[in-house]
Amino acid sequence: MLILECPYCGVKAEETELSPGGEAHLKRFGPDSSDADFEAYMFARKNPKGVHFERWRHAYGCGKWFLAARCTATLEVFGTYPAQSTEPPVEVIDKIKAKRPDWKGFK
Amino acid sequence: MKRYSVFAIAREALGYHQGWERAWRSPTPKASYDAIIVGAGGHGLATAYYLGKNHGIRNVAILEKGWLGGGNTGRNTTIIRSNYLQNSSAAIYEKSRSLYETLSQDFNYNVMFSPRGVMMLAQTHHEVRGYLRTAHANSLQGVETQFITPQQVKELCPIMNIDGPRYPVLGALWQPRGGTGRHDAVAWGYARACSDMGMDIIQQCEVTGVRSEGGRVTGVETTKGFIGTKKLGIVVAGHSGQVADMAGFRLPVESMALQALVSEPIKPCMDVVVMANTVHGYMSQSDKGEMVIGGGTDGFNNYTQRGSFQHIEETLRALIETFPMLSRLKMLRQWGGIVDMTGDRSPIISKTPLGNCFINCGWGTGGFKAIPGSGWAMADLMAKGEPGPLAAEFDMWRFREGRFIDESVAAGVAH
Repeated sequence: MLILECPYCGVKAEETELSPGGEAHLKRFGPDSSDADFEAYMFARKNPKGVHFERWRHAYGCGKWFLAARCTATLEVFGTYPAQSTEPPVEVIDKIKAKRPDWKGFK
Repeated sequence: MKRYSVFAIAREALGYHQGWERAWRSPTPKASYDAIIVGAGGHGLATAYYLGKNHGIRNVAILEKGWLGGGNTGRNTTIIRSNYLQNSSAAIYEKSRSLYETLSQDFNYNVMFSPRGVMMLAQTHHEVRGYLRTAHANSLQGVETQFITPQQVKELCPIMNIDGPRYPVLGALWQPRGGTGRHDAVAWGYARACSDMGMDIIQQCEVTGVRSEGGRVTGVETTKGFIGTKKLGIVVAGHSGQVADMAGFRLPVESMALQALVSEPIKPCMDVVVMANTVHGYMSQSDKGEMVIGGGTDGFNNYTQRGSFQHIEETLRALIETFPMLSRLKMLRQWGGIVDMTGDRSPIISKTPLGNCFINCGWGTGGFKAIPGSGWAMADLMAKGEPGPLAAEFDMWRFREGRFIDESVAAGVAH
């Protein structure tokens, strides 16, 4: 069972307490953007087999959104961090690089 | 290929059944082919079959990372139906259902298609309205369905409790010509027929790269070396994103785990397929007597072919409310498959940014029923380079242009 630590309340929450919210760090494109940008924002997803950054909500806990770094091929969790982050924090990146030397990076 | 028949059984019995030939060859790959299909699941094999049968393209290889039919083709709950809401979906799924009717005869291989009828329960007033709308849409599309009363539901499926406390049965969308098939036999039947046409099915051959030149694919790198091709078809379901990445384009697809399970075998008690979308569960009884049960997807990206246990718990909790007799059944096996979900819950059968590369993916939670129709449409697209009437609406650029084929209401959960 997937267990993620909520970065706000510090609870090690198991899956039934959480609700998934899809890919993290998407840049929002609004009505004035090009069709290609808007499509990419709405539908194109990295969908990686390996390291993935996701949005989660501590739905049956503090109720707040947070972000998590996780491996979709092994279900290993690398860390969680606040939803206000525009990119993954250095300590999470370092942890991923230590465990996945051939990881191509966040971008 | 020797034909299977009652006389063949008698003839082979005389030789102590030592003379049966293998159903398909296991050749080593040639240097190049007219067409390569990546993925020897149902959809990939069906694509190859109709390339040969409808379009005469027989110098074809089907590459498979694992073993033939070992992905979602071997992991689904074998339901076949075509009661979709949108016209383009109804067209391709109904084509598929009608092809299933004669598949055993076409193959000379029994796929055990059983048109026992499929009912989708309406357990909220919202669902009643939704299914009435689908029934009307289906009658305009020429798909035979009807909305039936709770009493008719009870007559068709006596083991069901139609007046449960939380979700009483208010009616059902009934498709009498829907049913089930033997999932492995569908893959095996296509494989045998493809092999008989001279096509090469190459198992344990993983594609590791796509080589292209000037916007056209020249071949694929595999674990068995480079194989050249004039046309490439990507039909890899859950791993579509990976192969598309090798070819250099992105898809509006996310891969998630969908689980199913079977009970211990019991005596025949239910001769229809029941789907309950409000409570996320569907069930049929296999010929061996097992109750075959499917649930909903986990909501997060996952490639492990294992799902979260609480989803099984939710599915069973809901089904026990509707089928109280299930409460004492032991569950035998549980497994997961990786399904490729699109934004509008409809598939993609499309040209790609590479001129001679085509993709068939996004069948999500409901690919098994679509195998023959999907193969038919994909073969059409690969042979002509342009989509035929079945695939025309399912291109990958519909997301940019807002031409969604929205089946998430009609089939968001159980498929």
